Amino acid sequence: MLAKRIIPCLDVKDGRVVKGVNFVDLRDAGDPVECAMRYDAEGADELTFLDITASHEKRDIMLDVVSRTAEQAFMPLTVGGGVRVVEDLGALLRAGADKVSINTAAVINPDFVGEAARVYGSQCVVVAVDARRRDGQLRLAEDGGGVDGAPDWAGTWPELLVDKAGTDGWEIYTHGGRRPTGIDAVAWCRRMEELGAGEVLLTSMDRDGTRDGYDLELTRAVADAVGVPVIASGGVGGPGHLLEGLTTGGADAVLAASIFHYGEYSIAECKRYLAERGVVVRV
Amino acid sequence: MIAVVDYGVGNLRSVAKALEKVGARVRVTSSASDLADAQAVVLPGVGAFARCMGNLEEAGLREAVCRAATSGKPFLGICVGMQILFDHSDEFGRVEGLGLLPGHVSRFEGLPRELKVPHMGWNEIKLRGASPYFEGIADNERFYFVHSYRVLSDDEQVVAAACDYGGSFVAAAARDNLLATQFHPEKSQSAGLRLLANFVTRAGENS
Repeated sequence: MLAKRIIPCLDVKDGRVVKGVNFVDLRDAGDPVECAMRYDAEGADELTFLDITASHEKRDIMLDVVSRTAEQAFMPLTVGGGVRVVEDLGALLRAGADKVSINTAAVINPDFVGEAARVYGSQCVVVAVDARRRDGQLRLAEDGGGVDGAPDWAGTWPELLVDKAGTDGWEIYTHGGRRPTGIDAVAWCRRMEELGAGEVLLTSMDRDGTRDGYDLELTRAVADAVGVPVIASGGVGGPGHLLEGLTTGGADAVLAASIFHYGEYSIAECKRYLAERGVVVRV
Repeated sequence: MIAVVDYGVGNLRSVAKALEKVGARVRVTSSASDLADAQAVVLPGVGAFARCMGNLEEAGLREAVCRAATSGKPFLGICVGMQILFDHSDEFGRVEGLGLLPGHVSRFEGLPRELKVPHMGWNEIKLRGASPYFEGIADNERFYFVHSYRVLSDDEQVVAAACDYGGSFVAAAARDNLLATQFHPEKSQSAGLRLLANFVTRAGENS
């Protein structure tokens, strides 16, 4: 039986590991290659690097980090952050990444996902989605949503936009979670699958950094809506949250950062916890 | 020297590094004479079946690959590099493969809702019979898979290992010195390195 995957995530800035709490408040915590080796030894099922380097000039540092990691850790590696054009994917894949995650660039131009899948195959195209609950307050951009204004394609696919009058569901954000888009998260994930995405990395902006657990309703809604694997992300405070994400949330994989990163729980410990509760994991 | 065939598809670096890790001298190459000279040949491949076949033709390597695969020297096809060794694929209409192994490639279908496609992650393989390539690898060992199409074969003789994902498919095929794996040994941590070490050992014995 296919095992549920446990995926540690390392946020990397200028070649160093940091962890954002609600995407601000960064703490420096080490060398990404060393961290990757530790997770490899601990039995992580995959590893994700999120490059949060701001300046374009420093992006080559990430290629070096990926390449040094791939030389030493013989496990699947996903890299995301700042991927803008198909050639960015190519460079990361050549450096040794197995999958590349696309976030903002997909929102600006959804066909980018299709193009990436055609050139490199769906299996390496991960669409990363940062979603925020709409209940209670409307956070739509003043101009009615969109990336730098309404998305160019809004007229083509109006069904992907949230109902502005309502407060149901989740809206996706771009630019590291700073910018609302007016796009409905569930409809968006379905569209991304149609265009060729091979996996969805789903982060709850409401839960990220809170340690309150995944947004299980969001995870379940997306897991039920798409036929590709879904990775739950955002809010893990302990192994119980991983369990919920995989069972109640219906995720195929769970991603966490700080609980592994500061040594609070080892990957092995979390896997034992899950196995004891009937989840199929690789031990 | 082990030749890793470079025909413009996929991540050759990981395969090369993993082989080096288990002691091989590796040359990533698109030269037919390197394939002929090598003690062993590895054919990686990701993405679409048709694109892999097309690239192989364009690189002028079809003949050299077929010759290496039938020469008796250790030959390893990985993922789509496995799939193209078979007769044909249903991906984007019917595409002919190299026809070196009996079987065909088709998309996962009729799966229960909770089984997502691509089949992505660590799944168990059931060993069928004894292959020297699987020495030291336990039955039900987990390897890393990522694919939406899989090989089905009526010829049980070539199935070295099967995997179940809403039905059984060929996880590894073997015939003589030819080995083909749907999973990625270069991404399967210690189990994968063990398989590659067995392959490299055989290449050494062969030289």
